[in-house]
Amino acid sequence: MEFPSDLSYSKTHEWVQDTGSRTARIGITDYAQNELGDIVFVNLPEAGDEASKGERIADVESVKAVSDIISPLSGVVKAVNKDVADNPELMNSDPYKAWLIEIGDISDHEELLDADGYKALCEEEG
Amino acid sequence: MKLNFEKSREGRAFPVLPQLDVPKDDLPDGFLRKSPPRLPQMAQPDISRHYTELAKRTHGVNDGFYPLGSCTMKYNPKLNDEMAALPGFTGIHPLQPPETAQGCLEVLFAAEKLLCEITGMDAMTFQPAAGAHGEFTGVLLIKAWHDSRGDKKRSKIIVPDSAHGTNPATASMTGYQVVNVPSDADGGVDMAELRKAAGDDTAGLMLTNPNTLGIFDKNILEITRVVHEAGGLNYYDGANLNAVMGIARPGDMGFDVVHLNLHKTFSTPHGGGGPGSGAVGCKARLEPFLPKPRVVRDREGFAFADPERSVGSVKAFYGNFLVTLRALVYMLTLGAGGLRDAARNAVLNANYMMKGLSGDYDVAYPGICMHEFVLTLEKLKKERGVSAMDVAKSMLDYGMHPPTMYFPLIVKEALMIEPTETESRETLDRAIAVLREIRARADDDPGSLHDAPLHTPVRRLDEVGAARHPVLKYNFDEALD
Repeated sequence: MEFPSDLSYSKTHEWVQDTGSRTARIGITDYAQNELGDIVFVNLPEAGDEASKGERIADVESVKAVSDIISPLSGVVKAVNKDVADNPELMNSDPYKAWLIEIGDISDHEELLDADGYKALCEEEG
Repeated sequence: MKLNFEKSREGRAFPVLPQLDVPKDDLPDGFLRKSPPRLPQMAQPDISRHYTELAKRTHGVNDGFYPLGSCTMKYNPKLNDEMAALPGFTGIHPLQPPETAQGCLEVLFAAEKLLCEITGMDAMTFQPAAGAHGEFTGVLLIKAWHDSRGDKKRSKIIVPDSAHGTNPATASMTGYQVVNVPSDADGGVDMAELRKAAGDDTAGLMLTNPNTLGIFDKNILEITRVVHEAGGLNYYDGANLNAVMGIARPGDMGFDVVHLNLHKTFSTPHGGGGPGSGAVGCKARLEPFLPKPRVVRDREGFAFADPERSVGSVKAFYGNFLVTLRALVYMLTLGAGGLRDAARNAVLNANYMMKGLSGDYDVAYPGICMHEFVLTLEKLKKERGVSAMDVAKSMLDYGMHPPTMYFPLIVKEALMIEPTETESRETLDRAIAVLREIRARADDDPGSLHDAPLHTPVRRLDEVGAARHPVLKYNFDEALD
């Protein structure tokens, strides 16, 4: 299982990539996609929507269940990844390339872990 | 196999409608379609064979063991269907004057009385067509009650994390925010978390008891008290009533509203889409809000009446009447003692199977279970690469329907098994033997399980492909090419 060191991670299994100027992209981790199984649908917000840390911003549907994606950041949705919306399997095949939402005007964030800290969390959860 | 559209031949037909015996009435212009619907045109033998062929490719309660957890796939006595086929019940119209359908009204009235006694409720509606529909109706009653008191600050519904997915969905559909409460180490509601969650914004709690782990919450009285003290109401999801029917009553546990799945607990056919019945019962204080109309009894006999502050109708007319009738037949056939025995045997059968499997599989919450139990195949998946899906699909090769998979969500690689009371000891022994054999194959030849089922008319389906690229209608134009 991969844990790229240039990303930050939330305890609810989202990754955050800082892209500068108070903007970041988020997606779901390798651990999350593995737990979910084959993802068949993703329900994304629209550009302009507000993002609040700790609250649902999107949801993904796998053959097992529908799961919420919790926003690790507070800010404004700048863009969503239409490619992934059309091809949700990208979250399974390349979870760290398949960014879902770009959030700008970031004003706050959840407690985020580095790769080692997140890896330890995943091992704990089994 | 071919679709009936592909078997269709122009001009082939057989009469399905009775001859018109009332004056013909023409629809006004604008309401008639311009061209006839493109229905398959088939002769009776071809249709009969078509559906027999379809039936052979499925697995129902009449084919074999069907331990689908939380779905209570008990055997449905044939007497239910015999009574439901009586012409007095089938030859009626929902708009005919009530005084000409007194027997039918009495069925609804009698079923309400008995089910209220079983649940400890004061009144009931049969309008909702299924469980989730019943939940929605029940939470509407809770909302109407708070509104009627001018209590507008109640915006949240508490739902434990072991709940059926329909509970949070219902709360959300009725405009409430969902507050999730985790389970404790025993699989019950975490009391400390519940106390934290309950407050003056709590509209209510939705709870299944026994829950989806097959555990009767030992704190049930304390749970409902915490919610009542916060000013909320308690909603009982009746999905698992089969375990306690005739023995413990939701009304005595502190619940204010319940829904029942008559199609599960009270033995009416289900699976494949219904029809079902999500009857909703409530305490007297919620009765004025029940959907309209309801059956009442006056000096003249039975009649329909609208509750004074009704939330309105949630379905046309009186719900799925023949389902209610079957449930009534079931209750009258078994009687109070028989219903109690059914619940006891459901619990006994589940514990028998759990015990029989506990040497080979990990039970998620060991101990005495109620009507169902949950296995966790997490270790098996890690060590042998055999998933809950592989084991479930393998059961099909032995002529058994798989249990519920990957639910409840709080158990990894879950298989949720509910044998029900109608299975014999021989059937249970065979199911245990089959599951143990599959477990042995996971050690010796795990690859063979990945491809299962091998001997069914349809092999393992591409669920992912079906979900990503669903084909939901027959494309005539493509077919013509």
